[in-house]
Amino acid sequence: MPTAHSGKTRRSTLAKSHSALAHHFDDLGQQYEASTLGMWAFLVTEIMFFGGLFLGYAVYRAAYLEGFIEGSQHLDAILGALMTAILLGSSLTMALSVHAAQVGHNKLLARFLLLTMLLGVAFLSIKGYEYWHKYHTHMVPGFAFHYDGLHPEIVRLFLSFYFIMTSMHALHMIIGLGLQAMLVMMAWRGRFSPEYHTPVEIIGLYWHFVDIVWIFLYPLLYLVG
Amino acid sequence: MEGFRLFPEAASTIAGRVDGLFGFLIGVSLFFAALIFALLLVFAIRYRRRSEDEQPPQIARRDWLEATWILIPFVLVMIMFGWGAKLYFNMMNPPDGALEIYAIGKQWMWKFQHPEGPREINELHVPVGHPVKMTMTSQDVIHSFFVPAFRVKMDVVPGRFTHIWFEATKPGVYHLFCAEYCGTMHAGMRGRVIAMRPTLYEEWLRSHVSGEPMASTGESLFGRLGCPTCHRADGGAPSLVGLFGTPVRLQSGATVTADESYLRESILNPRAKIVTGYQPIMPSFQGQINAEELTQLISYIKSLGQEQTNGS
Amino acid sequence: METTSIPPQVHYLNADYGIKSWLFTTDHKRIALLYLSSITMMFFVGGAAATLMRLELMTPQGDLMQPETYNKLFTVHGIIMIFFFLVPSIPAVLGNFLVPMMIGARDLAFPRLNLLSWYIFTLAGLFTLAAIIAGGVDTGWTFYTPYSTAFSNSYVILTAVGVFIAGFSSILTGLNFIVTIHTMRAPGLTWFRLPLFIWAHYATSMIILLGTPVLAIAIVLVGLEHAFGIGIFDPALGGDPVLFQHLFWFYSHPAVYIMILPSMGVVSELITCFARKRIFGYSFIAFSSVAIAVLGFFVWGHHMFVSSQSVYAGMIFSFLSMFVAIPSAVKVFNWTATIYKGSVSYASPMLYALGFIGLFTMGGLTGLFLATLAIDVHVHDTYFVVAHFHYIMVGGAVMGYLGGIHFWWPKITGRLYPEGWAKFSALMVFVGFNLTFFPQYVLGYLGMPRRYHMYPPEFQVLNVMSSAGASILAVGYLIPLVYLVWSLRYGALAGSNPWGATGLEWQTASPPPTENFEATPVVTQPAYAYGSFGEDEEVHVG
Repeated sequence: MPTAHSGKTRRSTLAKSHSALAHHFDDLGQQYEASTLGMWAFLVTEIMFFGGLFLGYAVYRAAYLEGFIEGSQHLDAILGALMTAILLGSSLTMALSVHAAQVGHNKLLARFLLLTMLLGVAFLSIKGYEYWHKYHTHMVPGFAFHYDGLHPEIVRLFLSFYFIMTSMHALHMIIGLGLQAMLVMMAWRGRFSPEYHTPVEIIGLYWHFVDIVWIFLYPLLYLVG
Repeated sequence: MEGFRLFPEAASTIAGRVDGLFGFLIGVSLFFAALIFALLLVFAIRYRRRSEDEQPPQIARRDWLEATWILIPFVLVMIMFGWGAKLYFNMMNPPDGALEIYAIGKQWMWKFQHPEGPREINELHVPVGHPVKMTMTSQDVIHSFFVPAFRVKMDVVPGRFTHIWFEATKPGVYHLFCAEYCGTMHAGMRGRVIAMRPTLYEEWLRSHVSGEPMASTGESLFGRLGCPTCHRADGGAPSLVGLFGTPVRLQSGATVTADESYLRESILNPRAKIVTGYQPIMPSFQGQINAEELTQLISYIKSLGQEQTNGS
Repeated sequence: METTSIPPQVHYLNADYGIKSWLFTTDHKRIALLYLSSITMMFFVGGAAATLMRLELMTPQGDLMQPETYNKLFTVHGIIMIFFFLVPSIPAVLGNFLVPMMIGARDLAFPRLNLLSWYIFTLAGLFTLAAIIAGGVDTGWTFYTPYSTAFSNSYVILTAVGVFIAGFSSILTGLNFIVTIHTMRAPGLTWFRLPLFIWAHYATSMIILLGTPVLAIAIVLVGLEHAFGIGIFDPALGGDPVLFQHLFWFYSHPAVYIMILPSMGVVSELITCFARKRIFGYSFIAFSSVAIAVLGFFVWGHHMFVSSQSVYAGMIFSFLSMFVAIPSAVKVFNWTATIYKGSVSYASPMLYALGFIGLFTMGGLTGLFLATLAIDVHVHDTYFVVAHFHYIMVGGAVMGYLGGIHFWWPKITGRLYPEGWAKFSALMVFVGFNLTFFPQYVLGYLGMPRRYHMYPPEFQVLNVMSSAGASILAVGYLIPLVYLVWSLRYGALAGSNPWGATGLEWQTASPPPTENFEATPVVTQPAYAYGSFGEDEEVHVG
């Protein structure tokens, strides 16, 4: 049966009493492993969440392709491409900030994070403009929607998916921006080092995921037909 | 219908077969339940703790035992699946020449239309010894058409037509229940299915015909709504003669079967599916016809081209 | 195994005092107790709804209440019992308390997320209770469209928000368990030395992570459709009401495995302890938990055989549903074999465990009836289904929960409860349960549909039997409430291992210290190392 024994170290041997080490973990290595696995597990739930929406979209697109093509034509593909480029850029700056954190460059980390946030805000501004434009042209289902085309109900359905999927995505982006702001403040206080930069890595993971969701949304919504 | 019983009456050709399969499952279940109960009881008593520091022998796993109690249940459930699937396939495929009756479910009542004309509310007269195919839709929420004595059930869904068939084997009055929760008076959405000997059924039909056969009513409606303007030779619209049940090629490249749901959609939302080679100029009749009129139109369209084959 | 009778001076219950020490705790054990109070309350709310329903059903007419009221009651009963009792019960109470202890850890991987999950659960409960008080919802817990989106005049959105929020609580718990089990096992505790309780919670957590988000999206869509009429489920606008059923059941079928797997984990712990035997077929039981979790995602369409789903889809779902029955059967056989040549005690947790095996077997077998296409056509949406799932959920899951609560009560509180009363109420529960629900199988095959507040008079006798049973069952559930609370003050002191069980949680004091163990244990034995093998000396881990 079990005997008394102190916890064995797993990965890093440094800094068992590091201030960032939570009391229930044996060492920073275990804490890092747990945090990373936790973020991956969370992203799996996000995939399933968006997956449900993608499934609904797929079912109706298969049934009403013509209506979906018509609906897609009312979205500006060039603007969408610009948004895609911006978001890809923000993933690049995010990756650079993770690298800065890994070498303990807190100031550089903060700068790259701010750049990421700037790009994120740019993306959201363009999206906001798109929403505003749709509202003004009565193309928001449920808000005085009016459409005189070939397939009004299907275009309405398509735009419903557009608004639900992109607003869900935007919500996740806003949360991501909040998390990045938190990281910036931690970086300004010099909290990160080569031994401890887990929050940056896992929020980086989250941000890349948000980017990937958009990579799927763009062609499915803007490039039908 | 009344009177306490432990087992439902069997009044259709399929009921006995369902009960047979049910009996098989009961047998298998009784066997395994009794086996487990007996073993638990015997072991719990025989091996009860007789002293506090008793140390029973530990038993290693036996792979052959595990394999046995995986394989035997597996074979049994595969039999259940196969038998059930085969019977289910029969239950979902009406025989040719079935008498077609339309049903419309709405909160909280059943409306039935016989092709010869008679309409019923919450009561359905059917002949004994002749297959009956129900073509059903809902006017509002999802309901379910359930006749326990016949062992049949099928959801009744808005926006599409569903089917169930049965052949009553003995005259009597049987419960009809709505079996999908549909709101306040779901429990009140009940009816009676009245199975009658064929001669009595014919008599009943004759004495209850207050109007015309469904297809004729449908034909008049067809004319009144202006359909022949385009749906005629050289009218610019697809021909409806012999259309029902045949494949239709769409502009998008897909092919669909012209069933009741397709006809319904073509009338209420014509631009959803455009037939290849035609312009999307058919107007929608959404809001201009109610559910009964829709079934009458569909009944009429089904009858077109059927004079060449056997009459419905 | 040393068993001290004197409780430790300082343990997790008295290490800190005051309401703030509870509301801001990150100790998994205290959080487990926070959950215990919430879900006990929810259980009795759901039970009250059931009591009123069974009262109405004593007579064929709808004479006790308005139809709308009855419809709201069965909806509330389903929502509360499923989302606010069954889904969290074992994981959030017993799992939270025991998972770290069983693997030799000081806490779960994310203690603050754990506390957050309880707050989210409480918030969700408040939303749902608010909806009930405001006037209730009458869609059934299944929220079928288009009734829920376009026809119901009840508080659909408010309730939907409550259920949506509850989902997050569940996800956080599942996430915590998976990470904890992967990364925080004590030295020497390999996967195949883990207690089966842990395997069960791991499999449950997998389902939670994969399934709950899909329910979330289904509910979001119902809410949006109800509020804005977007048309996704409305045939007049090109939508498909049956699509909702697919999205809903994709979660809700695996959800039933969320509700039963933890209970099965408890049973493995109880059977081994009270027969003093190593589990027969360890790896078979472990893998069967995972198999159930995986297979459970492929069978949702068996709820939709008569929904206008295609005949071929129905056949595939029926075929796959047969597969998912096999791992459960494997467990039942292995548990039975574990008792063979054991040293069987009749302590109350064991009575619950034995009751579980019997009733779960019956409920599981009736699942085969429902998976069989031709039979399901007849019994779908009748009381046969109601009987089936209550046999599994009440005869199974709740019995497992109660057995677990009794088994680990000494560990959690440091006290023993009066065994005589515990045996008595276990028996009452067993008798009351069977009297309540067995007649419902008969009613179902006779054709009595679900969700009916009134029925043809020939169904009355069986309904009266069922209601009578329910009264006995209710008493059986109320008695433990009394003696368990009583034991907190007057129960005998338990000592660290009153049952003589294996498992790391029994190697520390009752109640345990806040850090769980004086020092991290090192594991060298397989699970359930009761006695030696005798002639079969090789250690069979599986």
